[in-house]
Amino acid sequence: MKTPETLAFECETGNYHTFCPISCVAWLYQKIEDSFFLVVGTKTCGYFLQNALGVMIFAEPRYAMAELEEGDISAQLNDQKELEKICLQIRDDRNPSVIIWIGTCTTEIIKMDLEGIAPKLEKQIGIPIIVARANGLDYAFTQGEDTVLAAMAHRCPEYKHCTTNLKNRTDEMARIDNHTTNKSPFEASKLTRFNLVLFGSLSSSIASQLNLELKRQSISVSGWLPSQKYEELPGLGEGIYVCGVNPFLSRTATTLMRRRKCKLVGAPFPIGPDGTRAWIEKICSVFDIKSYGLENRESEIWENVKDYIQVINGKSVFFMGDNLLEISLARFLIRCGMIVYEVGIPYMDRRYQAAELLFLQHTCRKMKTPLPRIVEKPDNYGQIQRMHELKPHLAITGMAHANPLEARNIDTKWSVEFTFAQIHGFSSVRDILELVTRPLRRRGVITPGFRSLSKQTTGD
Amino acid sequence: MKLAYWMYAGPAHIGTLRVASSFRNVHAIMHAPLGDDYFNVMRSMLERERDFTPVTASVVDRHVLARGSRDKVVSNISRKGEEQRPDLIVLTPTCTSSILQEDLQNFVDRASLYSESDVILADVNHYRVNELQASDKTLEQIVRYYLDRARKEGIFNRSLTDVPSANIIGILTLGFHNQHDCRELKRLLGELGVSINQIIPEGEFLNNLKDLPRAWFNIVPYREIGLMAASFLEKEYGMPYISTTPIGISNTADFVMQVEKLMNFWATVLLGKKFHYDQYVENQTKFVSQAAWFSKSIDCQNLAGKEAVVFGDATHAASITKILSGEMGIRVSCSGTYCKHDAGWFNEQVQGLCDEVIITEDHTEVGDTIARIEPSAIFGTQMERHIGKRIDIPCGVISSPVHIQNFPLGYRPFMGYEGTNQISDLIYNSFNLGMEDHLLDVFGGHDTKGISTKSLSTGGKSIDWTPEAESELKRIPGFVRGKVKKNTEVFARQNNILKITVDVMYAAKERRSIESLA
Repeated sequence: MKTPETLAFECETGNYHTFCPISCVAWLYQKIEDSFFLVVGTKTCGYFLQNALGVMIFAEPRYAMAELEEGDISAQLNDQKELEKICLQIRDDRNPSVIIWIGTCTTEIIKMDLEGIAPKLEKQIGIPIIVARANGLDYAFTQGEDTVLAAMAHRCPEYKHCTTNLKNRTDEMARIDNHTTNKSPFEASKLTRFNLVLFGSLSSSIASQLNLELKRQSISVSGWLPSQKYEELPGLGEGIYVCGVNPFLSRTATTLMRRRKCKLVGAPFPIGPDGTRAWIEKICSVFDIKSYGLENRESEIWENVKDYIQVINGKSVFFMGDNLLEISLARFLIRCGMIVYEVGIPYMDRRYQAAELLFLQHTCRKMKTPLPRIVEKPDNYGQIQRMHELKPHLAITGMAHANPLEARNIDTKWSVEFTFAQIHGFSSVRDILELVTRPLRRRGVITPGFRSLSKQTTGD
Repeated sequence: MKLAYWMYAGPAHIGTLRVASSFRNVHAIMHAPLGDDYFNVMRSMLERERDFTPVTASVVDRHVLARGSRDKVVSNISRKGEEQRPDLIVLTPTCTSSILQEDLQNFVDRASLYSESDVILADVNHYRVNELQASDKTLEQIVRYYLDRARKEGIFNRSLTDVPSANIIGILTLGFHNQHDCRELKRLLGELGVSINQIIPEGEFLNNLKDLPRAWFNIVPYREIGLMAASFLEKEYGMPYISTTPIGISNTADFVMQVEKLMNFWATVLLGKKFHYDQYVENQTKFVSQAAWFSKSIDCQNLAGKEAVVFGDATHAASITKILSGEMGIRVSCSGTYCKHDAGWFNEQVQGLCDEVIITEDHTEVGDTIARIEPSAIFGTQMERHIGKRIDIPCGVISSPVHIQNFPLGYRPFMGYEGTNQISDLIYNSFNLGMEDHLLDVFGGHDTKGISTKSLSTGGKSIDWTPEAESELKRIPGFVRGKVKKNTEVFARQNNILKITVDVMYAAKERRSIESLA
């Protein structure tokens, strides 16, 4: 099959659905253990957090709404005084190390000067306040994390050069190792220290797995953005290399490069064994290290998951677009032998994702499959019409469309599950495949005769 | 600005969308930024809808803000009109886009020039009313729109139906057990000889609305939604309505007697006869419903004098308070509602039935009250269920806000005589009772709280965990930790590994076999 050499991008600017970017609060408040997230918005924002995300408050949460009322909107109340009242209450009740204000569409529209107020209040209450504008006017779903990390990058301490003093260097290394990985430096003697900071929020166990993978290549990671604790943010500055683990962090990448003078390692993302290998190899190449054992490691993983691959090989998949992980997942699934009809994506930063896009083309050539159609800001209605014609085996879709598509005999998987599941690194490959194959395996396990009962097709 | 962790009632646009998407062949356009359209997710997931939710967001982004949104909204309205040919398109902003102070009525006027569908703007103040008030208002607006038009066009048949009939007003999507209540109401009315003229908004076509006034009377089962439409119909078309909620034995009896009164108003003239339901009520109460007997039975002896706290929407909280104190002899220490706008009615209803009344939208206030009173059981919303979990007090959920648990596949009405059975079960099962109570006291409960990390009893040599691996194990969530530990040890044994390091853990994870998962 002949494949076009270049990727075609379309931008439909349609009516599409994703979650609001403030949803990042749901995972970031758990990731940054000493933080407090304050969403400055309306009832609409609050109801979203409690309802659509299913985030129920079991105990005292570390996030809350500063709910804007009519007086705030009509500027009868003083924003600074109101926020002061709320932040003092938060300080007294929870005493967090940092308060993160999440600006919303409403604060954008009424032009509330959060960035202006924060420094004043910060002094007054003695707790750092970070302002992130995770609004739906500019961003989609996972990009909320991008706005928070970009804002947080400004608060990372300045990295100090100490290349001359060898003793200092080892001391610092030990310190950072303890902070970031909680491991005894049993391999430390072999390690070469590089100034590598990784960005993107991953569960601590996945983060330490990636640390370990790099350690195997004798690269020690000097820190993560975000860190587990606000006070442990990694030092940034000239001479620091940064590398992202998630495709939706373009703004953070830009901030790290332009404002903090870091060097960005542009790699594909460590999703799938192919992506993880490429990611590690790219980092190694930047530090001029010859990677070893990765090819074996990758093929070993493929060998381990071949039972899953059998389930999806030759099947087709359609990404409606939701969480910006679509390109990486599509690339991985193509490598697994799937045919990707369409990759919908809310926003496509072609520079930040350049390595991933190149890798996608490379993978398509390798697997001899056509390049998928990439549609930015897709029109959901149009996509459903296209799906009627293409009849994909699997649609990866937002929650609003899953049940109706199932009713139309198209197997679905919620895209949001890939946002919350552990999908990074070699050891998560099985988890991704577990998610992807579940709807298809279900088809297999239900006795054929009963099938017609469970799948009902609505008239369309 | 106020600090808020949770809210009982949603924002106004949710109410509007619930009404719009309950009617048949109505499409709603939300003029809103990306992410405000989570209504579609809620409806699709909670109601397990097979069809796409007929709500489309006309996305407001920076470009739209800069250029003005009229063209986009108008073109989206006409596009939906062509694509799906709805009878009506309802335009609604959200809290966010309503601040833009655009002349949305003008958008709607413009769009109706091009569209074959009717187009209206939901007329709601997004900062002053909540979900419940907004749905009440939108339902009234739509009813008024179609009746006024029918009157103007003279296609109106105002004669009463030949057989006695009623409209049920206020059954809608994402309501708390609405579908089940509706089915039970239909059954009840059927047994009383009342046919259903229309049920709005759920499943009704707008073209039929012109026949609404042909019913003999209206029924508003939940006072949160439907009262405005009912009083509009009363004022303009002289239709009486019943707003008593038939939840509980005595309320249901009261409801039936009101039906009798309204039936006989016309029946004597039109049918030349009178209806008498007292026999029916007695029969149902004594022999059909189990609730009345149940509350007399020995089972319920232990309930007498137990204390409970009730909290929910006005309809449910008031009804359950009446049942607990009036029908089951349970002492209601505190009864409350988050429907602040209906405080007067609520106070009147629960007067004399409880020790104190709480009317608030602040769940912490409710939580504090519960903690202070320490009742034996709570009847509240999902929030009170969580509060109860934290302080170890059982809670039966009796009111919205809705949760996936309020959409059971089985039949669980709250209304009518079957409802009384369901509620009795709910109440009875919410208390720790009788012998169970004693046994729990003696043996300290049947749940152990510790995290189980029981080691595998395969004998053989024990396996060491390095401190790093152990601390890694601790990071794994408790509910799977035991399994991970077991799998890793099995893997280590198979590979003759004596000491488990972090590497071994990951290797074990990578090798998990498909059989163990499938």
